[in-house]
Amino acid sequence: MNANDVVITGIGLVSSLGEGADTHWEKLSKPGMAPVLDAERFAPYTVHPLPEIDWTLQIAKRGDQRQMETWQRLGTYVAGLALDDAGIKSDEALCSSMDMVVAAGGGERDIAVDSDILAASGARSDFDVLLNEKLTTELRPTLFLAQLSNLLAGNISIVHKVTGSSRTFMGEEGAGVAAVETAAARIRSGQSTHMLVGGAFQTEHPDMLLGYELAGYLHRGDWKPVWQRQNSEGGGVVSGSGGAFLVLESRAHAEGRGAKIYTELGPVFSGRARRSRGELKDSLEALFQATNLPEGNLLTISGASGGHKATMTEKAVLEHRPGLAVRAFSSLTGHLKEAQFPFAVALAALAVSHKSTYPALDPVEEKPFEGAPRKVLATTVGYHQFEGMALVGAAD
Amino acid sequence: MANLKDHLGRPVVAVTGIGVVTSLGRGKADNWAALTAGKSGIHPITRFPVDHLNTRISGMVDFLPSSSKGASALTYELAEIAAQEAVAEAGIDDADFGGPLFLASPPVELDWHDRLRLYKDGKDGEAPRRLLEVARNLNSSAMFDTSQFGFVADRLADRFGTRGLPITLSTACASGATAIQLGVEAIRRGECERALAIGADGSATAEALIRFSLLSALSTSNDIPEKASKPFSKDRDGFVLAEGSAALVLESLQAALARGAKVIGILRGCGEKADDFHRTRSKPDGSPAIAAVRAALADAGLAENQIDYVNAHGTSTSENDKMEHLSLSTVFGDRVAEMPISSNKSMIGHTLSAAGAIEAAFSLLTMRESVIPPTINYDNPDPAIALDVVPNVKREATVRTVLSNSFGFGGQNTCLVMAREPV
Repeated sequence: MNANDVVITGIGLVSSLGEGADTHWEKLSKPGMAPVLDAERFAPYTVHPLPEIDWTLQIAKRGDQRQMETWQRLGTYVAGLALDDAGIKSDEALCSSMDMVVAAGGGERDIAVDSDILAASGARSDFDVLLNEKLTTELRPTLFLAQLSNLLAGNISIVHKVTGSSRTFMGEEGAGVAAVETAAARIRSGQSTHMLVGGAFQTEHPDMLLGYELAGYLHRGDWKPVWQRQNSEGGGVVSGSGGAFLVLESRAHAEGRGAKIYTELGPVFSGRARRSRGELKDSLEALFQATNLPEGNLLTISGASGGHKATMTEKAVLEHRPGLAVRAFSSLTGHLKEAQFPFAVALAALAVSHKSTYPALDPVEEKPFEGAPRKVLATTVGYHQFEGMALVGAAD
Repeated sequence: MANLKDHLGRPVVAVTGIGVVTSLGRGKADNWAALTAGKSGIHPITRFPVDHLNTRISGMVDFLPSSSKGASALTYELAEIAAQEAVAEAGIDDADFGGPLFLASPPVELDWHDRLRLYKDGKDGEAPRRLLEVARNLNSSAMFDTSQFGFVADRLADRFGTRGLPITLSTACASGATAIQLGVEAIRRGECERALAIGADGSATAEALIRFSLLSALSTSNDIPEKASKPFSKDRDGFVLAEGSAALVLESLQAALARGAKVIGILRGCGEKADDFHRTRSKPDGSPAIAAVRAALADAGLAENQIDYVNAHGTSTSENDKMEHLSLSTVFGDRVAEMPISSNKSMIGHTLSAAGAIEAAFSLLTMRESVIPPTINYDNPDPAIALDVVPNVKREATVRTVLSNSFGFGGQNTCLVMAREPV
């Protein structure tokens, strides 16, 4: 035990299953949880939609809510849940000295304006002039800010007064991996004492689906667990709206303020396999080596996306280690992109702190796990690029 | 013998390679010659039609093969050229850099011309559905790649053989400084001996221009483009959107000396502080910017009177220059009127995600060459923010230390302190 050990003291979660760490634990730790799906709105794609959220609970001012679109509202909301959970929210001294790393993509474009421009393009040969004409007159000035990647962090600063520092990482799942890895490294080295780290993804917008579908990554047809989508139409990814934020602290900082400690966040490792050269398997093996897994059976929270190549490679590597009992949460939440890794780490922390386990989320492909886990592994293999792993352990 | 550890016992971080591209040209030599000659890179926009636009000038980089190929391609090319120059100067194998990559780059969006192409390739129906249908049958990944936020860094990691998962970051107009800060922190933690920090921005599209215009952030002084960017002037009327890139090879001083590398300068300190006041405006008392400057000085282990020169954020917007004056006056007191404080943006415009890196590069050159680049277009000083802006003409001066400021939308404030020599 060390004063600069990284401990998790706050968890904020939202997914189609609901909101809050407790809700997710209750729902996911009981057998037979069914996914919440919307197969209509974006057919032929299925999404896991946001639950009903009373934004006012975490974003008190309507004016603040209006300045954001759903993605930023969601992220700001989930960050608020994590701060609340850590007992830091509204503590001015703690928030104003708190460092923040947010994993972000971009916000929502105005579908009506974009559609209008495209619809008008047929009758015009001067598309670039049309673009100027429409954008100068139809764009809402504030929408730009709702789209900017770093304005999720900006809104967290404004709404929750987290102002020690603010950095935004971009790059799909890799952004989430790097955010957690960097935050933990800063605490371990004494560069920071307490940090807010996480991300959110709002998939219920055609552009957010387009980001996958430009390479044919989305699953079509009936929902199936992530491990069972290989022979289905499409690319295997079912996306979801949601987010995950963690409050990380040095052990000394957490103990000093008498905070409840969920778990210790052990080693975090990231990788960038050159997948076109077939390096993913070796990269994952290297991450396993680096993580130095404990002996025996190990509960493993996988952020597998369902994307065919990545998920099949991950499956093969996991199956090579018979002690791992894998739980791919995205079967039930959908793929949360930048939030995928923080979400995996959060679920791992909940299992350790509850000294209990999740039943197989896919009874066909996932095997049972008994007992009270002292350590739980969290993995995320990006649907297209980047991978990461973390070992979460009991804090005592 | 230089100290290899700083005042807090951390490894001293040296800069051993620099690369730059701006509208003034490609490479350090051309940029430095133009910058010290007080030349402006701001010119009329030719990349797209300017009908209906209030601002028709920019500091776009129009001389590269990718200049007309969209934000993703141009951002990559800008980053690649700058990194190539930096890595070559550092004398490191450009295919096996052997340290992590930190890239400050603009958030990505599907290019409008790609969006249009998808739409036109579809048969019928509402645009969103039509785009998705065409998308899933594309047999090229080119468009997909440009839509992935991690793509440019991934390509750079391949190109330069950087180690591990590259970090792509955005802290808006402070991004370039944050990339450097991340590299400094990684070296201080002992995770690596060297890091490649790049800021690159080739995202000056029509839509980007219009968005900033709608926020009333841009200069509309279209008639004489080279006069449009006029930081700290009374008649300043907004920033000039621009493109560019800079790359720094950061290295622990110990590793640099051990391999006999030439040390260009020292990255002594980094400071940051977020602002919770407003999405685009700063807290009226300037306290977050003040805190960021003070944090950078403290991190560098320097007192206020040990800073010789300030490379200002100096955007030429009414708000920024006023706020920057307030924060510098607060930190430096009466001395602020005597310190040289100049803005590179008067010549290159505001290169957004790249600005912090480009201005750090120019700060290091300022110390090495003992020449302070001027703030041009300073014809009508604003008496409310009287500063020695090194008006219009370069100045020869011994500069041992520089403070470089970067402030951005979303409450981002990041400051870097650099020194010419190790202690």
